Amino acid sequence: MSSAQSKTLSGHLLKDYLSSFSFILPAVAIFVGFYIIPFYEIFNLSLHDWNGISAGKTFVGLENFQELMGDVIWWRSMWNATYITLIALTFQNILAFALALACNRAIHFKGFYRLVFFLPPVLSEIVVGIIWRWILNSGVQGNENIGLLNYLLNAVGLHDLIHNWLSDPNTALTCIAVVHSWKGFGWGFIILLAGLQTIDRRLYEAAQVDGANSWSTFWNVTIPMMLPVIMVVVVLTILGSMQSFVLILSMVGQGLVYHTEVPVTRILSAMTVTQRYGYACAQGVMFGLILVMVSFIIKKLSDRMKQA
Amino acid sequence: MKRLFLFGFAVFCSIFSGISCSPATPQTDRIVIWHWMTDRDKAFQALALQYEKETGIKVILELYAPSDVYSQKIIAAAQAKILPDIFGILDEKSVVADFITSGFVADLTADFKADDAAWEKVLFPKALLVNRFDPDNPYGVKPGIYGVPIDITNIQMIYNKNMLKKAGILKPPATMQEWFDASSALKRVGLSGFVSGWGELWMADCFATNYAFNIMGEDKVMATFRGEIPYTDPSWIKVFRIFSQMREKDVLVPGIVTKSNKDAEQDFALERAAFAFNGSWCVNVYNDMNPKLEYGVMLPPSASKEFPMKIWGGAGSSFFVNNVSPNKTKAIAFLKWLTAKEQQTFLAEKTQNLPVNQNSLASIPPILAEFSSSMESTTHPAIWPLNEDALVLEAFDRGLQSIIIGEKTPEKVAAEVQKVKLRQLERQKRIKNDLYQ
Repeated sequence: MSSAQSKTLSGHLLKDYLSSFSFILPAVAIFVGFYIIPFYEIFNLSLHDWNGISAGKTFVGLENFQELMGDVIWWRSMWNATYITLIALTFQNILAFALALACNRAIHFKGFYRLVFFLPPVLSEIVVGIIWRWILNSGVQGNENIGLLNYLLNAVGLHDLIHNWLSDPNTALTCIAVVHSWKGFGWGFIILLAGLQTIDRRLYEAAQVDGANSWSTFWNVTIPMMLPVIMVVVVLTILGSMQSFVLILSMVGQGLVYHTEVPVTRILSAMTVTQRYGYACAQGVMFGLILVMVSFIIKKLSDRMKQA
Repeated sequence: MKRLFLFGFAVFCSIFSGISCSPATPQTDRIVIWHWMTDRDKAFQALALQYEKETGIKVILELYAPSDVYSQKIIAAAQAKILPDIFGILDEKSVVADFITSGFVADLTADFKADDAAWEKVLFPKALLVNRFDPDNPYGVKPGIYGVPIDITNIQMIYNKNMLKKAGILKPPATMQEWFDASSALKRVGLSGFVSGWGELWMADCFATNYAFNIMGEDKVMATFRGEIPYTDPSWIKVFRIFSQMREKDVLVPGIVTKSNKDAEQDFALERAAFAFNGSWCVNVYNDMNPKLEYGVMLPPSASKEFPMKIWGGAGSSFFVNNVSPNKTKAIAFLKWLTAKEQQTFLAEKTQNLPVNQNSLASIPPILAEFSSSMESTTHPAIWPLNEDALVLEAFDRGLQSIIIGEKTPEKVAAEVQKVKLRQLERQKRIKNDLYQ
């Protein structure tokens, strides 16, 4: 190959490279600008003491993280979020799966049920919170209960069950978790229903030919085929429930002592109440890492189950 | 194709670089104001139109509510250096001080002092105190006046006249014992006692500090903030006990601890509670909710004769001028106009808030006059020589909630608050030592 030819070739290669890079440059710029730089900035802030306004930030190294490790209220908020997540994983997802199974059969008004079950997720969390705050209201006017739940309990003679639902540490978080599950089960329902509809009908026919009853068909056909979809729903439920906070704010405002605190409300509190932006960023980094770790563990578990 | 791609890339780059730059605001014939006062927006818009007619300067009012979201928006705008010409700071004095020392807020002292302090003299001195920084203030702010109050307010107890009459209570209670007796009388005829928006922690905190001033006086409260007196002191235990007594005597409406102030206002307006703890802004709110409501205003029942009862009050809402705005002079001129007698009378009539201009008081309704008659008893964290550490305050407010729901005793809460206080004092000492080293 002559030197003129090789020069032309390398010129072409360079052009190819440059044009390829220019095509991915906008995507890289967006990724760097909206993901890498903000994350770096948050991590950098977590190493500082800053009130969010003043120009000067004091470098404190890992002090914020050290304090966070010993912050009892932070870990309590983490437990509260885990509690909401556990209720969502069980109550919400079992309900969603049961309803998806029911709607996957040949039943009347299937479309209507789908619409009704998918209504709560499309409502704003603020609206849902306000509606449920009214339902769970413990106030009275004269001898009449204002809240719908207490009113109904009174009407059916269950006076002993009338309660301060959102102002009692024993019930406040559970009420929030149940409302969160009520609002969220529609997502799981739609995803699981879509998953059920992709299962090849011939598998069920084959199972029937082999003499399998409906219970063993469910365990040996439906569940294995649905495993990847169930895992997606589980991951989405965990991430969504751990990060829930709008519902909490609209149901109990600034909270009931620390009984309804979750990590996001703690981060908000560090920013807006105590004006500790550096500490809030450290909480954000720590919380993000925990969620990444949980997602990673679930992914590994899911891979193992698939192999099994 | 190549040209199209290059054009697209150039547009993308210009948009991207535009996002990261703060917009340069040239001097114009318009002033931009960011405010949070939903109830006053209509009246403000009307005044803005009038100002444009009179001066040719367009006033653009942008409403961002609720107030806590507004507060965050202002902090974010300060960080991004895109504050409007006029804005409010709805935080403690220490935060206002941070805005000032960071160069975001204009010093208005010269404007207030001009023409033999004409502007300063016409406004209520208590309202100006909130925006004034004295020499040797603990925040290191240059002494002066930095904000313009646009109304005054105070937070007191309100009672329903008809409900009290039904329970045979002839006059509003003046002492704690009388209040507890009144609550029992109300209970006997099936009526509820007291409501307040204590789901918003600052309101419970405000109630508690009223009693702290009443039981131990301002000096001892400040000594506690300085760390010289512990929260386990008997006087503070007395303050915490007020909350446990209210619970034991069944004075509080159910669910008060998570109730928003809007819900509490609704409860009082719809006669679900005979007493409320609320600010003078409630006149407008109650009028909207139940125009027939008959109520009166009283100071919180005193718990001690040793010191006078103090209530939070002073400037209700204040506006600050952006120090780097090219429209600074115009913004100050507008605020001067807004606080003049005619505009303040208009605002008082339309929004039922107490005017900041002393000459506008003549035209206010009787219930607002009742509120204004206690202005001499007002105090406010913004005028105290120092404020409590935010983390201690959080522990204090959460502790009050614990007492109300019967989860902890006053003594236990006091010990827990003191523990946080000691930790914060230690931290402050360490930061100081680091600075000197």
